[in-house]
Amino acid sequence: MYGWCGKIARIHLTDPSWRVEVPDLNVLKTFIGGRGLAGYYIRKKITLDWNHPDMPLLLFAGPLVNTRSPTSGRMTIMSRSPLTGAVGDSSVGGSFGFQLKKAGFDGIIITGKSDRLCGIEIKDNNIHISDASHLKSRETGDVHSLLKGRGSTAVIGPAAENGVLFSSTIIDGHFAAGRSGIGLTFASKNLKYITIRGTGKTKVFNPKDLKSAREDVFRLTAASPILLGKFGISRFGTGALYDLMDARRMMPTDNFRKTQFDQAFKLNAHAFKKKFKPKNTGCRGCHILCKKITRNQTSIPEFETMSHFSALLGNTDIGTVVKANRICNEMGMDTISAASTLACFSEISKKKLSPNEVVSLLMDIGKKKGVGVELGQGAAKYAGNCGRSDLAMVVKGQELPAYDPRGAYGMALAYATSSRGGCHLRAYPISHEILRKPVATDRFSFNGKARMIKIGEDLNAVADSLTACKFTFFAASLEEYAKIYTAVTGIKTSGQDLFEVGERICYNERMMNAANGFTEKDDDLPVRFFTMPGYTDDGIDIKPIDREAFLTARSNYYIARKLNKNGTPVSKVAKELGLEPI
Amino acid sequence: MNQIFRTYENKLIKSGLVGPDPPLLGCLDAYLEWNRTDRERVTLEDIFKQLNINALIFSQPAEPYRSIIDYLAETSNGTITPNDCETRTFLHDLPVSFQFSSNSVASILKTRKSVIIPGHGIITHGTVGLEQAYVTFSSVCFACFVKFFCDFLLHAKNGHVDTKRRQVFDQVIRNLDPPVSFNGSLMKRPLNSIKRVYEAIQEAGRLTVEHRLVDSHFGNISFRHGRTLYISQTGSSLDQLKDAIDPCPLDGSSCVPITASSELPTHFEIVQHSDNKAILHGHPKFSVILSMDCDIQECMCRGECHLACPHERFVCGIPIVSGEVGSGPHSLCNTVPEAIRGNPGVIVYGHGLFTTGKTDFNQPFKHLIQIENNCRTEYFNRIRSLENVGSC
Repeated sequence: MYGWCGKIARIHLTDPSWRVEVPDLNVLKTFIGGRGLAGYYIRKKITLDWNHPDMPLLLFAGPLVNTRSPTSGRMTIMSRSPLTGAVGDSSVGGSFGFQLKKAGFDGIIITGKSDRLCGIEIKDNNIHISDASHLKSRETGDVHSLLKGRGSTAVIGPAAENGVLFSSTIIDGHFAAGRSGIGLTFASKNLKYITIRGTGKTKVFNPKDLKSAREDVFRLTAASPILLGKFGISRFGTGALYDLMDARRMMPTDNFRKTQFDQAFKLNAHAFKKKFKPKNTGCRGCHILCKKITRNQTSIPEFETMSHFSALLGNTDIGTVVKANRICNEMGMDTISAASTLACFSEISKKKLSPNEVVSLLMDIGKKKGVGVELGQGAAKYAGNCGRSDLAMVVKGQELPAYDPRGAYGMALAYATSSRGGCHLRAYPISHEILRKPVATDRFSFNGKARMIKIGEDLNAVADSLTACKFTFFAASLEEYAKIYTAVTGIKTSGQDLFEVGERICYNERMMNAANGFTEKDDDLPVRFFTMPGYTDDGIDIKPIDREAFLTARSNYYIARKLNKNGTPVSKVAKELGLEPI
Repeated sequence: MNQIFRTYENKLIKSGLVGPDPPLLGCLDAYLEWNRTDRERVTLEDIFKQLNINALIFSQPAEPYRSIIDYLAETSNGTITPNDCETRTFLHDLPVSFQFSSNSVASILKTRKSVIIPGHGIITHGTVGLEQAYVTFSSVCFACFVKFFCDFLLHAKNGHVDTKRRQVFDQVIRNLDPPVSFNGSLMKRPLNSIKRVYEAIQEAGRLTVEHRLVDSHFGNISFRHGRTLYISQTGSSLDQLKDAIDPCPLDGSSCVPITASSELPTHFEIVQHSDNKAILHGHPKFSVILSMDCDIQECMCRGECHLACPHERFVCGIPIVSGEVGSGPHSLCNTVPEAIRGNPGVIVYGHGLFTTGKTDFNQPFKHLIQIENNCRTEYFNRIRSLENVGSC
């Protein structure tokens, strides 16, 4: 078999035991890998409670991983989200996916619950469940250091052990699988960490064609100002977007009450680079290298974290942004959700948080102390308990990232329709609405956006399944990645064939969410975005979104996605896509 | 939607890409809409059903593109492979369908952004709107034009111009636009305020498009004012720069210009290491064509001319350099800034022409015209010197 390993490890923690499952080639072709394949394996269990022992936790890489395919060092972690109740997944970098394939597996499916805190250690074909009781409450960095030498690591922190709904899993000490509260799923199984290393190779069908396709992608990424340009993410990290979001007046500020932060120029990527002098690093097999880490191993915050721990909280202290990022990573908490929950708390309590309060509240959340207990349930639950649900800037219970939807209407629609809730990455229309790739679209119009969002979702579902980095699609397209896929697997395909797989993956996620009761009422935005302007000056008006226009666009999306009027799947369409009922 | 249709009809016609018949434009959101009725809509609607796209353009190209493209398609084995930068980087190659059926066309469009159907026209598509389909349509026409003239010169040199090629050539040159002439003046120095800089950039961009020295997307433009370089955004139409200019601080203190033209590194190097302030970059066709005409025999770098040419080359006294778009190891930012010193312009192999000015856009714009016209004259001089096949 080329590309895939043809083996999936099923690990049961209750016994504990493990076995190898050999997936049908047709299933691999139909769902590819990563997010798609994880979605296939979870679908029959998706209506279980997120913390039910039989609820699987899945870690899957795609067929391109552990080959010379560009930007293909990523993987997906999936389960039912503790935070939203919807399908929950996180695409993450580092080298875990790479080691997973080297160990000979396309994925790992973990079920059951250990009777004590444990770790899973994988070395090629050997899987060992270890006692991890001594690591209880230890921070992720500590645990990663202790496990060094055992390969790539996936570790949860004290936050997950303390029930924080937006807990993350940290890969290799620096790369966060942040969204959806996946870290808490680890904790629900009493699983503190996984280590993995292998020595195997992934067979490539046609190395010569892979080299040619790889050069095409390199040429395109070199031509991309956003990726490898003078001010692109390769030089400045994803924080390169910070200035642009502020300049376009769509930087969420003061819990989304405003969309421009007048101190932004002091906290931009240039300021971080100047102050911390980070070096370039990145996921295994990536030439873009957008991850920035200092010599003393401090991660420079990603764009979302930079923005939310500054503008969203009104914080102007650059050191606090770095410290908040470090605490979130060490405690194992999603930075977007953590910052947004603090912003919600700040607005409800009518109290601007000082840098010290930001730090101390984050520690309280991670350690389950004081008001941190309530805040650890996320903005939606906290605001709901306070009787102010309107002040939680969430979709489907997940906190929104750092692109204000009033400044990009495709983003507004994409937030609403995202299968994992408040997420920018499912369709990522910022690519064309702001970054002008592949071409620029009118950011203040819903015209044509329904189908664009549908196509964007399909594209990114493929990227998450191959598994390749979504950023590379600022420059390349599925046209080039189809060539790579064919060269690696030997399966003749086209960009449009891959789009069909993407459509299936997205529809499957819609089906899973519908099985858990999600309807059009969940495909919506907080009322603030329809009632309050974000910014008015300089000839840029960030107005409230027209509610009727939004609802029309959402209806159009349902038509483009071939859903019922209430946003739920149609049996006939599911059947055409080869998806059995759940 | 009607407004969008009119915009792209006008763009296609105004830039000389289609005509006399209007193009057929389709957009799919919840429902499929067309700009006009046409009997081919049935076929194209079936293509929409087979592809995950949201926009499509179908049109016969205008002359001289029509004759060129039909000829290249009919004499191809199903794929046209131009060697210009646009094709190499973005299109890869240009597939041909000898049948105008939905299945035949869709099967090709599953793998590429365009398809040429000889005698019928070009179909291009987009996933984020008509703009994408328009850019591809324009690129296909440009790439085929350049390839046709490059091939003709090569065949003339080898003494192998067959009758059909010669007939098409004669027909094509009868339909060429006349050489560009411009007797006016652009905004003059001092461009001493941001407002004037923006106005000057917009004016120069618009005139460059109006004189067909670029198609709308093929180019970029900048002006240095104080410690800031103002530059057109990536993927911007040079005739529509009102909200598409990025201020780029020379000290790198802001990443706002992350959306600036992919040629920013080259503009940056030029203004930082010379007293040039105004830079204009277009893809005038005959400059590009002649940049690819090389007589050096047995070159070790043959086939990699766009990456690293070891020779000093000139056409009409203008240096030709290698270099690729953007910031890669073979970026043209490593070759153009040095080569442009002391010269009115620099041609990048298979790509386009850079010109500069010290105070405003008058000099770069006039040099752009002059170099292109000189290259055009030189092209036909070379042809005439090889065989008597016609005149321009």
